[in-house]
Amino acid sequence: MTSVNVDQLSSTDSDSAPLLETKKLTRHFRVGRGLSRKMLHAVDDVDLTIGRQEIVALAGESGSGKSTIARLLAGVYKPTDGEIYYQGQALSSMRSRRDQLAYRSDVPMVFQDPFSSLNPAFRVSHGILRSLKLHRTDLTRSQRYDEAERVVEAVGLAPAGEIMHRYPYELSGGQRQRIGFAQALAHKPKLILADEPVSMLDVSIRIGLLNLMAELRRSEGVSFLYITHDIASARYVADRLVIMYAGHIVESGPTESVLANPKHPYTDLLLGAVPDPRAPLTAAVEGDTGEPPKVIDPTPGCRFRWRCPLVVDECHHITPTRRRLGDNHDAACHVAQPDPGEENLAAR
Amino acid sequence: MPKPILEVRDLTVEYDTGDRPVVAVDAVDLDVHAGEFVGVVGESGCGKSTLLFAIAQLLSSPAAITGGSVRFQGQNLVAMSETKLAALRWRDFSVVMQSAMNALNPVKSIGGQFKDAIMAHDEPVTDDRPAEVLRLVGIDPIHLKSYPHQLSGGMRQRAMIAMALLFTPDLIIMDEPTSALDVVAQRSLMVQIKDLQQKLGFAVVFVTHDMSLVSHFSDRLVVMYAGQVVELGATRAVFDNPAHPYSKGLLDAFPSIRGPKVPLTGIPGSPPNLAHPPSGCRFHPRCPVAFEDCPKIEPELYQVGSVQARCLLHAPGQTHAADPIREATS
Repeated sequence: MTSVNVDQLSSTDSDSAPLLETKKLTRHFRVGRGLSRKMLHAVDDVDLTIGRQEIVALAGESGSGKSTIARLLAGVYKPTDGEIYYQGQALSSMRSRRDQLAYRSDVPMVFQDPFSSLNPAFRVSHGILRSLKLHRTDLTRSQRYDEAERVVEAVGLAPAGEIMHRYPYELSGGQRQRIGFAQALAHKPKLILADEPVSMLDVSIRIGLLNLMAELRRSEGVSFLYITHDIASARYVADRLVIMYAGHIVESGPTESVLANPKHPYTDLLLGAVPDPRAPLTAAVEGDTGEPPKVIDPTPGCRFRWRCPLVVDECHHITPTRRRLGDNHDAACHVAQPDPGEENLAAR
Repeated sequence: MPKPILEVRDLTVEYDTGDRPVVAVDAVDLDVHAGEFVGVVGESGCGKSTLLFAIAQLLSSPAAITGGSVRFQGQNLVAMSETKLAALRWRDFSVVMQSAMNALNPVKSIGGQFKDAIMAHDEPVTDDRPAEVLRLVGIDPIHLKSYPHQLSGGMRQRAMIAMALLFTPDLIIMDEPTSALDVVAQRSLMVQIKDLQQKLGFAVVFVTHDMSLVSHFSDRLVVMYAGQVVELGATRAVFDNPAHPYSKGLLDAFPSIRGPKVPLTGIPGSPPNLAHPPSGCRFHPRCPVAFEDCPKIEPELYQVGSVQARCLLHAPGQTHAADPIREATS
């Protein structure tokens, strides 16, 4: 039960605190004008923990709020409510530009679309050198260049010197995405927020980038928040899997445990939708039209109840909270059953 | 076996790039029978979308068909005039594009766009046909009044398919219709396409880069690499026992959510520049089982059991081990 101890220490000892932690993180967006003004609940009450050198996969359908979480963590959006703690320190307490720069340097982001996230008018070295200049002011010009070469090599592009002089259009999609990782890597980050980094790439080269993430974790000691809708790739790289639905975390746990023993009916649905030629076609998702709701001014109740095959009365009135149902394995569902031997934990 | 409704013979498409033409589709043969579901898979840049556009006669400069024929219900589409083609499109065959957001007119309601397609043809169509096709794809006909931005990605893609069904065509050509959707929406759309196909009996040519996606839906599979067909056969046969190292690589490129976790490598390298394709077999620079003949001899499509594969390992008289592809790559 080390995780419990870590939680208790978080306020006192920043070294043993999780690398990044969110408490009741919430983000709402205003939609409509005048009398039709409403609140879109993109992210509600999200508790998420990312440890050192850990790869956490955040999975869910489009519109489930997973990209909003990435943007909250990157500081693009301010939370409506709740708090983000980085190494035990609250993000809202980092007021000075120096602190904010330090945080952004530690927690960079890699974007989904490698075709639009690199400036087409500059050589690919431009972005890497720029961020080095901003975040690592101790380096001289030639040191910056050497460092840029090092990270380009670290992401598996060779010869680094030549690649850096190319323009984005001269690189393939996979190579461009590697440059995206090199940019993030340049300022020696602690945590890389990877927002669907492989979904725009061909199936045949996705594996290469997933392997790169695992390799960077080992060689550079970075953690990853890997955002994806592809559970199979999450299984391939992630230690822990967090499933989101309509702004809530519905299930989280060690990847293998969640996949082998899904607790939430939504996780079941997601798993059934993964195309797998080695398995027979499952009927689980037939009839489900796959439309996650837009959560506008929600009333209490489970947000999955309209699509849920196991729905009970309770689901319509009470929003389920996350309960411990197995070894480090939580789900927010009224119907989900705990593992044998975990009943005590669930009751606590 | 009845005559196929679509016969593609020796189809070659070139992009005129100024110095030397880029052959994006190189002498492709393809038959599609009535009611059949044919999947076309390959990486980006392998020519699969160009092939579709060539079949539908939608290529625009600098791409042009420089050889071969596309016979649809006995008529050669390549030699046909635009006016005649316009009558065929939507009525006898229709195309569903990759990005519904770009394919639908953003300033016109869904119903208005349906009406446009109907007015362009002299076909008798009942007034409630638009509502009927929307219901077929599981959208409430109330959305005839909606504009594309008011629909979700999945619904837009469904609306495109509804539009393609207006005149109940015999062939629907689909260019990665699910690639902008996430897994759940993707799966439900695929199930729906298959359902409709069985109900209405049209044939489908389905292009995708995700081989696993079509595994449960297509009858036959065409694997393309660098403008050429490298493997062709019944879907199950190709999946169970891929005859070409490239098909095998594609199959091993995605992780599974079941079974033991194994390290994967994908396919190293990237697809060749078609302006300067590699000599001999075009896949040899990336091939894990290439041998000395591969850079020298250009392979043809050889019969391998029930499938055809463009790999020298299967050339008649080849002395290599019976099945080195599986041994070396597994």
